Amino acid sequence: MYSTTYHRPATVDEAVALFAKGSDAKYLAGGHTLLPVMKQRLAAPSDVIDIARIPTLIGIEASSETLTIKAATTYFDILSSADVKRTIPAIAHLTSVLGDPAVRYRGTIGGSVATNDPTADYPAAVLALNATVKTNRREIPADAFFQGLFTTALENDEIITAIAFPIPEKAGYAKMRNPASRFALTAVFVAKLKSGEIRVTATGASQDGVMRVPVIEQALAANWSAAALEGITISEEGLMADIHGTSDYRANLIKVMAQRAVAAAG
Amino acid sequence: MGVEGIGASVVRKEDRRFITGRGRYVDDIKVMGMTHAYFVRSPHAHAKITSIDVEAAKAMPGVVDVLTGQQIVDDKVGNLICGWAVHSKDGSAMKMGAWPAMAPETVRFVGQAVAVVIAETRNLARDAAEAVEVHYEELPSAHHIAMAIAPGAPQLHPEAPGNIVYDWSIGEEKAVDEAFAKAANVVTFELVNNRLVPNAMEPRAALAEYNEAEEHFTLHTTSQNPHVARLVLSAFYNIAPEHKLRVVAPDVGGGFGSKIFIYPEEMVALWASKKVRRPVKWTGDRNEAFLTDAHGRDHISKAEMAFDADNKILGLRVKTHANFGAYMSLFSSSVPTYLYATLLSGQYNIPAIYAEVIGVYTNTTPVDAYRGAGRPEACYLLERLMETAARQLKVDPAELRRKNFITSFPHQTPVIMAYDIGDFGASLDAALKAIDYAGFPARREKAKSEGKLRGLGFSCYIEACGIAPSKAVGSLGAGVGLWESAEVRVNPVGTIEVLTGSHSHGQGHETTFAQLVAGRLGIPISQVSIVHGDTDKVQFGMGTYGSRSAAVGMSAIFKAMEKVEKKAKKIAAHQLEASEDDIVIENGEFKVTGTDKSIALPMVALAAYTAHNLPDGMEPGLKEGAFYDPTNFTFPAGSYICEIEVDKGTGKSTIIKFVAVDDFGRLINPMIVDGQVHGGLAQGIGQAILEQAIYDDTGQLVTASFMDYAMPRADDVPSFEISHTTTLCPGNPLGVKGCGEAGAIGASAAVINAITDAIGNNKLDMPATPDRVWHAMQAPLQQAAE
Repeated sequence: MYSTTYHRPATVDEAVALFAKGSDAKYLAGGHTLLPVMKQRLAAPSDVIDIARIPTLIGIEASSETLTIKAATTYFDILSSADVKRTIPAIAHLTSVLGDPAVRYRGTIGGSVATNDPTADYPAAVLALNATVKTNRREIPADAFFQGLFTTALENDEIITAIAFPIPEKAGYAKMRNPASRFALTAVFVAKLKSGEIRVTATGASQDGVMRVPVIEQALAANWSAAALEGITISEEGLMADIHGTSDYRANLIKVMAQRAVAAAG
Repeated sequence: MGVEGIGASVVRKEDRRFITGRGRYVDDIKVMGMTHAYFVRSPHAHAKITSIDVEAAKAMPGVVDVLTGQQIVDDKVGNLICGWAVHSKDGSAMKMGAWPAMAPETVRFVGQAVAVVIAETRNLARDAAEAVEVHYEELPSAHHIAMAIAPGAPQLHPEAPGNIVYDWSIGEEKAVDEAFAKAANVVTFELVNNRLVPNAMEPRAALAEYNEAEEHFTLHTTSQNPHVARLVLSAFYNIAPEHKLRVVAPDVGGGFGSKIFIYPEEMVALWASKKVRRPVKWTGDRNEAFLTDAHGRDHISKAEMAFDADNKILGLRVKTHANFGAYMSLFSSSVPTYLYATLLSGQYNIPAIYAEVIGVYTNTTPVDAYRGAGRPEACYLLERLMETAARQLKVDPAELRRKNFITSFPHQTPVIMAYDIGDFGASLDAALKAIDYAGFPARREKAKSEGKLRGLGFSCYIEACGIAPSKAVGSLGAGVGLWESAEVRVNPVGTIEVLTGSHSHGQGHETTFAQLVAGRLGIPISQVSIVHGDTDKVQFGMGTYGSRSAAVGMSAIFKAMEKVEKKAKKIAAHQLEASEDDIVIENGEFKVTGTDKSIALPMVALAAYTAHNLPDGMEPGLKEGAFYDPTNFTFPAGSYICEIEVDKGTGKSTIIKFVAVDDFGRLINPMIVDGQVHGGLAQGIGQAILEQAIYDDTGQLVTASFMDYAMPRADDVPSFEISHTTTLCPGNPLGVKGCGEAGAIGASAAVINAITDAIGNNKLDMPATPDRVWHAMQAPLQQAAE
């Protein structure tokens, strides 16, 4: 790791001010993306601004319509939250299969969503549930937020403050883990929103990051059941291929994981 | 033997310091004036170094010196050696390419050391390493066996035309040809044994100190065999003579074979400590471990087995290409030959065997012994062949094995090994019972009704351990003898120190070796200390690998103990005015049988050291040493059965039950034996379904971190069902055979046989990842017996 200057601001405004002062500043949340690349000397930020302990960024609130998870809330706090389990149990499940206990005590939902790793879990939930990404400046709908591999609508110094999930009628998540990293080899989130809209997303599959899967959405709109997906075919075009899985294998996984997610959603 | 003697599951003495973080590993050691080394490594698989400019790096803050490969050549530091001479069929010597500790001219694998920066801190050394300017002229490279032996392939070493290390054979080709000529059935099979990265928990490290006034070196290093390290460093590398070099291997966090070898980094640290007149520490990081620790396995084989009409094996023909990587590592030549092909008879009566092994250089990390070393490759080949044969011949796989089991001992195989004892049928019976073989068809049907594919796979392994009778291995080309030494020192107060040439890096010797001594004397193990890993303390030793420490190391202690007890009995008899023949040792007392007269061990020891009243002519003191050279290998064997369920949708395999029945001879500490089996099975299962070192088209190691190299984790393995059958080894005084490698040797074939049984397609190589298994399931035309 190269030398860097570590900051621990108490407020979001202070964090943004520190970011402006640094020549090449980075925000640090759970650190699971930034710290490994710093240790490998692949990143050399001048300033590391730790936003994981800012009090206003931590906490979970549930209303009858919305589950709001503030950005620096850890995975562990999310998966052990009674509000999350009650309102959107699929998110609790997603979090329970994310990483390992050490990761879950450190990692944060805001960090995961801001990084938009193409094999991360949370982007699938945010996009499928049509959540709103709240930042220190604005509110960004999920459809506009994710813009390809490691790319989002966030400005360089913008900070996610919370994710607001509309509570769906039904939702489910099924994940095939990469045997080495335990990220998603391919995972699918299915949601039936209260508006009746069906949204299905896959992560770990597309070369462009988290994706909607229209062919499955259409099939489920006609018939919300795992059996309804039996005959469908997912194109392998645009899907990732690497040492852990070919693109045709991932195409198969999208279908199989979607079936299991539907079964889990009930 | 007492409650803490042989056979007792005593809690490990060493674990208190390990689990409370008080172990003392090389990197924990800090000395005055210590500097830190960081290596500049090749980013190319094959390239000529056209220039190295170290001036900018030398000017960086905190840099003490920057040293290059040319300097190591100029200082006449010897090239790395291979300690086992293997000859080709035509009698020619193996073709060894020169391996300088840092490359002066040509790099042949990604990660090869080119230069080293010595600086005040590790981070400063790393900063400066980035400023070393190395210019390369890239050369075409070959990173797979097929690429390296293809016509016109890039040539790695001028010494080895066609990249061939050797073309070796064992057995009688003519006898095998005759066997196949009269065969009723022939089963043919081709397989890949996947390349693995050892991944010991502690990366390699070295701390070298040079004392200018005494011209003396001390090297603390992560070694499984510090005396061998000292011998090689002195005799071949021209760095320090043996009496001026102390090698210490303190607590070492796992080895699995990878810490047997003397690597460039440790040599360079030692050499550099004299160059810079400061202590030099190097601690590898995980990425360096992936790139530079000797890898394991990496074979491509074709095997054919001939059967008569009664399904008895007539002959076996094997042709194996073994990947050596870019250079020959210390014992690399022996692994795919004498540690592999000599085990191709397995547990079976095979009248004729002929095996050819072609060693191949590639532009990859050197390959050498990894847990099992050759024997897992032999077992995997043979046990997949047996399972394939059973499917092709349409007979029960257990019965086909049983029909061909060796049942009388000693048994001379056609490939050197003479098995001393075993009861293969007993292990198989116990394993069949433990898995409930009769109930399997019903379980398979039930799984099918739930949409799952269930399969069962066998593996009946044998291994040659207790390595090894010196004369025998010498005749096969080994450069060293493979005996072990021990010294038992009884202190004047009756406590005991045992100095052993074995080295413990996770095996629990401090407990098991103490159990032997404590059991014989009837004293608590707390009264016995085991001293190992320091060439200044232990006179000599061959170290720990090849499941040899119990069979060879403890046998040396046994011999030394016999001498100590003999002298102690004489002293006791003298003190008690009795005949030495009437003295028995019980509960720490020397007793005169049939009387109430006795003298406690501390009083005997004190008498030995005060020497006030010893028998006439007896030397004072109570200390004896012994060297033990085994008369034969030992032959642990067993039957493993794996029951697996494959998810049709994803191809993911889940092990439902894994039964391991091993015959290790006498068990010293059953709890530690279970731990050894658990670890070995996890590594064997890891090889079967998870682990693989993969190089891309440019020779970069793609799997150079745990993000891509899949290590087995707790939830990848089931709760094992382990049991034992026992035939005592007749070759050593303890009747032990060794248990350290069995799991890694036997497990992979059982797992793959189970998966191929479940999916009905035998065309599947390790690792059977979900992706591979799913693809194999999509190929309905490739039937079971293919």
